[in-house]
Amino acid sequence: MTDTNRLSSIALAAQFRARVVSMSHAAKAAHLASALSCMDIVALLYHSVLQIDPLRPNWEDRDRFILSKGHAAAALYVALAYKGFIDEAALSTYGQAGSLLEEHPTPKLPGVEAATGSLGHGLPHGCGMALAARIKHQSHRTFVLMSDGECNEGSVWEACLFAAAQRLGSLCAFVDFNKWQATGRSREVLALDPLVDKFKSFGWDVREIDGHDHAQIAHAVQHVSIHAQKPTMVVAHTVKGRGVSFMEDDNNWHYRIPTAAEVEQAALELCGRVNRLPLVLA
Amino acid sequence: MRNAFAAALTDFGETHSTLVMLAGDIGNRLFDAFKDRHPSRFYNCGVAEANMTGVAAGLAASGLRPITYTITPFNTLRCLEQIRLDVCYPDLPVIVVGTGSGLSYAGLGATHHSMEDIAVLRTLPNMHVVCPADPIEVRLALADALRLGRPTYIRLGKKGEPVIHATPPAFTIGRGIVVRDGGDIVILSVGNMLATALQTADQLQGQGVCAQVVSMHTVKPLDEELLGAAFAAKKVVVVLEEHGLAGGAGSAVLEWGNDRRVDLRKLLCIGGPDRFLSGCGSQLQARELCGLTAAAIVPRILGRLA
Repeated sequence: MTDTNRLSSIALAAQFRARVVSMSHAAKAAHLASALSCMDIVALLYHSVLQIDPLRPNWEDRDRFILSKGHAAAALYVALAYKGFIDEAALSTYGQAGSLLEEHPTPKLPGVEAATGSLGHGLPHGCGMALAARIKHQSHRTFVLMSDGECNEGSVWEACLFAAAQRLGSLCAFVDFNKWQATGRSREVLALDPLVDKFKSFGWDVREIDGHDHAQIAHAVQHVSIHAQKPTMVVAHTVKGRGVSFMEDDNNWHYRIPTAAEVEQAALELCGRVNRLPLVLA
Repeated sequence: MRNAFAAALTDFGETHSTLVMLAGDIGNRLFDAFKDRHPSRFYNCGVAEANMTGVAAGLAASGLRPITYTITPFNTLRCLEQIRLDVCYPDLPVIVVGTGSGLSYAGLGATHHSMEDIAVLRTLPNMHVVCPADPIEVRLALADALRLGRPTYIRLGKKGEPVIHATPPAFTIGRGIVVRDGGDIVILSVGNMLATALQTADQLQGQGVCAQVVSMHTVKPLDEELLGAAFAAKKVVVVLEEHGLAGGAGSAVLEWGNDRRVDLRKLLCIGGPDRFLSGCGSQLQARELCGLTAAAIVPRILGRLA
């Protein structure tokens, strides 16, 4: 973040948000509010944390990022375009026939580490990548971003047991805790609370943060390394639909598609202008 | 087969430095030699097959060559979606090994029977389905799966199966092995039914029928050349498997034959029934219950020839 010519991660997140709102409208693709709630985490990681190289997408010692809540794919795509893994022009093909930018990520797309979209797959996959780093004496870290609804899946808890048993210190998972899942409050659908205590009791190093505060996000992951003794779980309190006033904490936007007028209003709120800015590349 | 697998694994651990063994809290002492020689490449993943399969995918995506191992129904159906999405979709080199397949664990009850695994796994794109016939083929199958480097399911029996091949035959995934020559009919034996297939051929010989016996160890991809020759030259083509008839190897041949317009009236599929088995007793008794013995098979073949 020392490079003053670069957009701050906060400004970047606003730009990303405006872009995914317009992508949702163009593709008539759902899950917009899910993409907005995790956008600060995605933006901060791709802006300042992940050691990755678009010229070498398969570089062996790259940091891994798995968007386990694959339905927020648009959030990943704008970040991959920002880093140069895909052309910015490709974003306009989101959800179109012939495009690899499907509504859930495919590993055929450069920069996508795992096929996600069926919930509960990312954390076991990430455990394997973190274990591989140890076996191969590499130093990369593995980051997995999950939703709170995803924690309904038993495989998440299987992976929590495994990561703690193997002391996978290079593994860091986030829960985008926006308090909603598809059809209801995540605390009510299943007994998710107390989520922080659950992960602590599973043997993880748990950090509870405001998932929209970039300094807190950066601080929560700075210790993650192959030398750490425990895997890290960041329980990030977020607001579904964050950044667009008429979408915030309204679960209708799990599936709703914004109109052209709503796209303009969102852009005005997020970037102070109606017309879309070209994405600033890293 | 279990012991042959463990021995081969230990040896291949030396030659394949990227091989990583994941076990689902099973095989007590079985893998001690591998663990002793390669302690950083053996992980007991506990009774958590979905996670084990996801871990395997993550390892494979990072350049390693993982093998997952536990009792067949738990290592296939329990974690089927992980096999489908984490392994097969990205076409990763994960080897899924099921032990106690078919009716090997007959006495343990239907929870431990595996009469559906071939049917289900062969529907997955990129997957290879391999059913070795004896301990010799187990080693060869593992070696060839490591060469192949694609999603591969290896279906093992238990321990103590007879060694059938006097010397190791040429073994390639997707190519059947002719074990005995015969001109009248062919028995395509899948996995651990090979001893029964040979007994059947012996008994048919006494009735004046010469049966060719093939170890059709790979159900996906099928050996199309071998099948084409079989339907062209033989009066009856028997597919014999310790697996349910619905969707098994016989079904795979049926689909192939329908597509190729061969004479499917020659096909005789012999396998398990469409019901859960109970009160089985031993594997042999369970096979008797299902008509999977030479005594039950011979009259069916003779009936086709009549």
